[in-house]
Amino acid sequence: MSDATQAKADPVTRTPAIVLEHVSKQYGQGATILDNLSATIPPGEFVSIIGPSGCGKSTLLKLVAGLSPITSGKIVMERLTRVNARRITSFIFQDPTLLPWRTVRANVALGLELEHTNRASRNEIVDAMLALVGLADVAGMYPRELSGGMKMRVSIARALASRPRVLLLDEPFAALDEITRDRMNEELLRLREQHAWTVLFVTHSVAEAVFLSNRILVLAAHPGRLAHDIAVPLPWPRTAETRDSTEFDAVVSRVSRTLREVQGQ
Amino acid sequence: MRQTALRIASAVVIFAALLLLWIAVVKLFKIPVFMLPTPDRVLHAAIERFTSLMTSLWITGVAAAGGIVAAVVVGVLIALVFAQSRWIRRMFYPYTILLQTVPIVAIAPLILMWVGAGLFSVTLIAFIICLAPIIANTTQGLISVERNLVDLFVMNNASQAQILLKLRLPHAMPSLFTGIRISSGIAVIGAITAELFAGSARVGVGGIGYAIQYASAQLQTDYLFALVAAATALGFTFFFVVMFLEWYFLHKWHESARTPEED
Repeated sequence: MSDATQAKADPVTRTPAIVLEHVSKQYGQGATILDNLSATIPPGEFVSIIGPSGCGKSTLLKLVAGLSPITSGKIVMERLTRVNARRITSFIFQDPTLLPWRTVRANVALGLELEHTNRASRNEIVDAMLALVGLADVAGMYPRELSGGMKMRVSIARALASRPRVLLLDEPFAALDEITRDRMNEELLRLREQHAWTVLFVTHSVAEAVFLSNRILVLAAHPGRLAHDIAVPLPWPRTAETRDSTEFDAVVSRVSRTLREVQGQ
Repeated sequence: MRQTALRIASAVVIFAALLLLWIAVVKLFKIPVFMLPTPDRVLHAAIERFTSLMTSLWITGVAAAGGIVAAVVVGVLIALVFAQSRWIRRMFYPYTILLQTVPIVAIAPLILMWVGAGLFSVTLIAFIICLAPIIANTTQGLISVERNLVDLFVMNNASQAQILLKLRLPHAMPSLFTGIRISSGIAVIGAITAELFAGSARVGVGGIGYAIQYASAQLQTDYLFALVAAATALGFTFFFVVMFLEWYFLHKWHESARTPEED
C-alpha cells in the first residue's frame, strides 16, 4: 500500500497509469453520453467512479478498455494506446461472465490459454490464483455448482491470472448480498496489498467507494461529465473495523451529499 | 424406486389391455386377416420373416443415420457462415425456411429422377429434411452469445478463430443438440418416404418404405403391421440415442440436459 500512497504524494515524477484527455462519447448523432472528461490517474491508485444512472460511468470504463470507440479526445495507459494496453489490463464485469462448459480451473486459465502460455506455467499460475481467492477446493466444479460470491471470486482469479497492472471493474459486487459484498471488498484490498494495481472501479454504493478508494470521481448526468474529484483521507490498511469509525461515516456522508447535489442539478 | 416399479407395472397393464381389446374387436366383428390381423399373427409374421425385417430396418436406419450425420456436418458449416454477419443471414436465411416448408413428398420423385433410386438418393432426401432444423438452431446458438463474453475474449486479445472455437461453438452445443433431436425424428420419416418412391435396386430387398409398399400390394397385412412397429421402434431408437449423446456431452454443465434426479 505504501506504493500507492507514495504515488499519490509524488504523481509528477512517474508515468501516469491512465490519462483521460477531453474524452467525449456520442452514439451516432444521438445524445452525448460523456462530455469533455479529463483526469489523470497515477500508478497504484484506486479510483472509484460514482454518479447517477445515465452519467456514463460504465461507458467510460468500456472506453478505457478499448471496447468502444471514443468520439473525441484521448485515452493513454502507461504510454500505450488502448488496444496495446489490453495485455496489461483486466476487466471484471458486473456478472461473473464464466463459461459454463468449463470447470473453475479451466475458467481461470482462459486468459492464459488465449495468450498461448505454455501448459506448465499456466497450471502453476492457475494454482496460485485459485489459492489466492480460496477456491482450490472447488477447482474441478462447474460454475452452475457455485454460489454468487464464489462465481465472482472465479471471475477475479481469472482477471488476476494474466498479471494485469490495470484493473477495470464494472460494478462487480452489485449482484451480491451485503455481507458477501463487504467480504469481497476486504478481500480485494487484501489482494491489492500484494499487487500494486491501478484500479478504476465503477459502483453505485458510496460506502463501497469510500472503503476501497484513494480517490472518488463523481460524475453528473446528461451529459455525463466530471463534477467532483474527492480524495479519501482514510488511513491504510483498511479493514472491517474501518467501516465502524467516525471518520469513515464522515467521508461517506460527505460523498453522499455531493452525489445528491449532483443529482439535484 | 417403488414409484418407478408402479409406473412400469401400469404401463404393462395398459399395453396388455389394449392388445386384448384389439383381439376382442377382431374376433367379435369377424374382421378378415388381410384387413386387421390379430397381434399374435403380427408377431408370428415378424418372427417368420425376421431376417428380411432386420434387413429392411438396417437399410432404412443406415440411410436415416447417414442423413442426420451429413446434415450435422453441412448444417454446422452453414451456421458458421451465417454467424459471420447479419447481412449474410438476411440474404440466405429465407432459403433454409424454404427447405423446411417444401413438402418432402413433392420433391422426393424429383430427386429420385435426378440422382436415380438407391441408398444414396434415400440418404439425400433424409439429409434434406434434417438440414433446416440444424442450421436454424445452431445459428441461433452461435449468435446469441452474451456481449460481455465477447468483450471478455476481446480484452484477452483473442483472435476471431479463438472466439469462434472457444466461445461461440461450445455456446451453440445445446442448440445444436436441440436441432439434432428434431432431425432424428423426421430423418426416419424422410427415409421411409423416399423409399416409398424409390423402390429397390434388388427384388424383394429394400428399406422399410419399400417393404411396406410390397407387403401392402401382396395383402400381407400381418407383415405390414410388423413393419410399421419396426419403423416406430427405429424412430424411438434414434430419438433416445440422441438424447443419450446430449446428456453425455452436456449434463455436466448445462441445465436442460440434466435429469430431475440430479438436482
